[in-house]
Amino acid sequence: MATHTTNPYSDAILSAAADATETTTKTVSMPIGIPGYTLHEEKRTVPTSEPPVLPVNKDLDYIGKSPERWDGNAKVTGRARYTADVQLPGMLYARFVNASIPHGKILSIDTSAAESHPGVKGVHVIELLLGAAVLHDPSLERSKYPIVRYAGQPIAAVAATTPQAAEEAAAKVRVKYEALPFVVDADLAREPNAPLVFPGAADQAGTAGGGGSASGIPQTGNVHGPSVRKHGDAEQGFKDADVIVDARYTTQVQTHSALETHGVVADWKPELLTVYASTQGTASVREELAGFFRLPKSQVRVITEFMGGGFGAKFGAGNPGVVAAELSRKTGAPVHLMLNREEEHLSVGNRPSSDQRLRIGAKKDGTITAIQLISYGTAGCGTGAGCAGPATNLYKWASLHTEENDVFINAGPAAAFRAPGHPQGAFALEQSIDELAARLNLDLLDLRDRIDENPVRRVQRQIIRESALWKSRNPRPNADPGPIKRGVGLSQSVWYRHLSMNCGAEVRVHKDGSVEVLSAVQDIGSGIKTVLAQILAEQFGVPPGKVSVKIGDTNYPVGPNSGGSVTTASLTPAVRDAAWQAAQKFLASVAPALGAAPADLTLTGGMVRSVSGKFQPVPFRTAAAKMNTDEVSAQAKRIPDYDPSKYDTYGGVDIAEVSVDTEAGRIHVKRVLAVHDCGRPMNPAQIISQINGGVIQGISYTLFEHRLLDPNYGIMVNSNLDKYKIAGSYEVPQIEVQLTESYIGQSSTDASGIGEAAGIISAAAAIGNAVYNATGVRIRQLPMTPAVVLAALNQPQPSMESL
Amino acid sequence: MSDHQPSQKELPEAPSTAPTPAGISRRGFLKGAGITAAGTALLEGVQGFSREAVASTPKGVKEFGPEPFPVTLHINGKEHALQIEPRTTLADALRIQLNMTGTKVSCDRGVCSSCTVLLDRMPVNSCMTLAIDAVGHHVTTIEGISTDEQMHPLQAAFVRHDAMQCGFCTPGMVMSCVSLLEKNPHPTEADVRYAVSGNLCRCGTYPKVFAATLDAASQLARKA
Repeated sequence: MATHTTNPYSDAILSAAADATETTTKTVSMPIGIPGYTLHEEKRTVPTSEPPVLPVNKDLDYIGKSPERWDGNAKVTGRARYTADVQLPGMLYARFVNASIPHGKILSIDTSAAESHPGVKGVHVIELLLGAAVLHDPSLERSKYPIVRYAGQPIAAVAATTPQAAEEAAAKVRVKYEALPFVVDADLAREPNAPLVFPGAADQAGTAGGGGSASGIPQTGNVHGPSVRKHGDAEQGFKDADVIVDARYTTQVQTHSALETHGVVADWKPELLTVYASTQGTASVREELAGFFRLPKSQVRVITEFMGGGFGAKFGAGNPGVVAAELSRKTGAPVHLMLNREEEHLSVGNRPSSDQRLRIGAKKDGTITAIQLISYGTAGCGTGAGCAGPATNLYKWASLHTEENDVFINAGPAAAFRAPGHPQGAFALEQSIDELAARLNLDLLDLRDRIDENPVRRVQRQIIRESALWKSRNPRPNADPGPIKRGVGLSQSVWYRHLSMNCGAEVRVHKDGSVEVLSAVQDIGSGIKTVLAQILAEQFGVPPGKVSVKIGDTNYPVGPNSGGSVTTASLTPAVRDAAWQAAQKFLASVAPALGAAPADLTLTGGMVRSVSGKFQPVPFRTAAAKMNTDEVSAQAKRIPDYDPSKYDTYGGVDIAEVSVDTEAGRIHVKRVLAVHDCGRPMNPAQIISQINGGVIQGISYTLFEHRLLDPNYGIMVNSNLDKYKIAGSYEVPQIEVQLTESYIGQSSTDASGIGEAAGIISAAAAIGNAVYNATGVRIRQLPMTPAVVLAALNQPQPSMESL
Repeated sequence: MSDHQPSQKELPEAPSTAPTPAGISRRGFLKGAGITAAGTALLEGVQGFSREAVASTPKGVKEFGPEPFPVTLHINGKEHALQIEPRTTLADALRIQLNMTGTKVSCDRGVCSSCTVLLDRMPVNSCMTLAIDAVGHHVTTIEGISTDEQMHPLQAAFVRHDAMQCGFCTPGMVMSCVSLLEKNPHPTEADVRYAVSGNLCRCGTYPKVFAATLDAASQLARKA
């Protein structure tokens, strides 16, 4: 199968291959496939130092079970301290001064009134802006300060003794602009005479969460692209086709809207910069701060004990991190800088829009002869609006031609957002595949069985096929006679086995029988703390709640940045390896007291056993008291996947039941069945939580969310949660999640992540297909607001086929 | 410091059960914006101390602020003396001045209910409630519904059902649901949806919040 070569994680995969330095190997037999369907054994050659192969989940005590979330008590009692909650002695509060116009050159900044405001301790004016795309040739713009490219762009910041004083003082900073023409509509921005957001070629780098653009892409006016991929001869493919489905799809800009905004508390001391950050990557924050301030990494410490959601937007220090550090350096005091909700909407990321023309050519039997996707999308003054992932990677095709274009507008830069590009791409692809099935008079699942080679999704489609919800579907569209019509729709999703090799962990065993794991990895809400506790529990026979999990601090061994569903897949093998090695050291440490050779000892089920039967099994804790030192520890790092030639994708199949009020135009999602896989499920309850969330976020994207920019003033008109609607309790359907336990034989845990594939990719397409099933009308535009639905229902959609 | 500082005697005793003066115009605003969805009953007994309120009250009542002045807040069964500016929200007083950071602020305009606390027994958005308006009332925060030894049964149910992900909305969710169970020991799922209809969760943990709350209700009913 073709893979999405523009993914931002390929470096990690390459370095994984280069990192393969192990010399001695052993051959092991591993479970592969899906229990109850395709489970079998396969051989893998692995380093000798690897721990024994884990059996399938049903044969384990803690891994694959759902012990309570390790930090659940802290979260429900309010004891959990997030970055926003950090208070340090003498701490100042900072507020940004933001651009009030969408495009312009800053002529002067007068901070004197702000500086003399009571309580103010420091002011910082930004001279190097982070986050947006950057001109290849900076000499095209001569300006002391960064050019303002969107309303809400941070310009300066004020630190004061109280948040109120900082806010008042920030309002006293006087900024003089030379206003420049602006454009905030992506269609208008593509016109030949549109105001230019950048006077020359510009690019935005991706983050650990993805996004950004490939280098060397052409740029004409505001159009940064196309980024072209061609495989085979698509023109010939369309000639060979019996049927061509041709349609245009548009999707809106979505903001991340994590409940904890971006922000840091920075404490600059001569010997150490300590930064508490609401981040998905402690490593990424340290990297950016060390680079920006030219500090040795060893003198930057980043702490993220709890963080209130990121969804892809929280990597690196960003402007808040750098500015808070500057203010702390200037004032000699710790500085608390959390964005307010408006800033969160404007300046720290969003999911780009898309305007896609998708053509699929197929033979009568469903064989796809050609896929062509021409897409435009806006990532504001950033790049990363490509959405060809699903079209490229979900089905097999004889030829493929994709052209992805970014359209610059005067709006805040996009950031990676949960499965970048994929909800947009799947919205188009999966509706067109349904349309293709209808044209070919094929069953929706049968067609996908023919063109989808992924063995896991094949099983998942079978589960869907046998489900009561799918069986309740009337295959005839618009079958209900009344004004409220019921429909059921389907969509598949695809995501990739991305890995980060920046995974280290240390496991310590103490003489009192306590065990702990240390890693710089952060828990972004997906529950990695619990999973690490489960791995140690399995090794030492200690309940997960009794394991100490110390993470979210760069003082510990480096951890992965949590983006692209890499965390569990990448880190858990390193932790299991460290636990295994620590256990071996532990056995060596107790062997003399037990009168046995270390090689005669094993630690299983919480008992130290003599293989030769020298003594009755001794509980781990009792044996620990006999250690010859107070502590043993082992560090391990991630080793490459056992068989990288087997590059696996993940995904799932989702079906949604909707009712469409054809008079009010309202779509109500009533039920969702989500069937998903992520390798070995480490903690099913937490995985189900993530899938619930992906489904709900996807429904929210499909029906409600829409960043609205005023074309006359160039400002966002709905920059708080009262006007930017996200799904709430009334919009949540009955969700049933079925996990597909799927073994792939790639690591000592064989686990993978679920964050991206967790429903957000497929929700819009599944709802679109369900609305078609209900009404016989295809809605190819997001969000499907009542106005959009009514317009679609009253107006038969012209088929582009005839064009 | 202003020479218009009120003495503790001029402010209502905490807690107050006495009838309070007639409503002021700003109360209408508070009714709509400060109270979370579960608290549809009126926020009775809340006194205003803003300038327009002073103008409509009888002679002899002093103006407060804009400088900080002393008040006593009754929080989780304890009295806390603090200096506040009249504009200080209850959320800021709790979080910044008292370092009780279990109460979260996310939207800061009464939309997301991350900041839900109970004022007497009514869930309110503490980001939309002035600290001064909490004088004379019992404030209950997330820190006040459990002890180190014993979680509230609803909190335990949240953990059991994994009714949280990032956890930032969780204290607000818990407070809304605690209030629901106090008023309605036998809620339906529709009741729970209503109780948390003002609580936003971006991680999308609602299904488990519903399940946890219904489970806690049935456990409490069995004990009762």
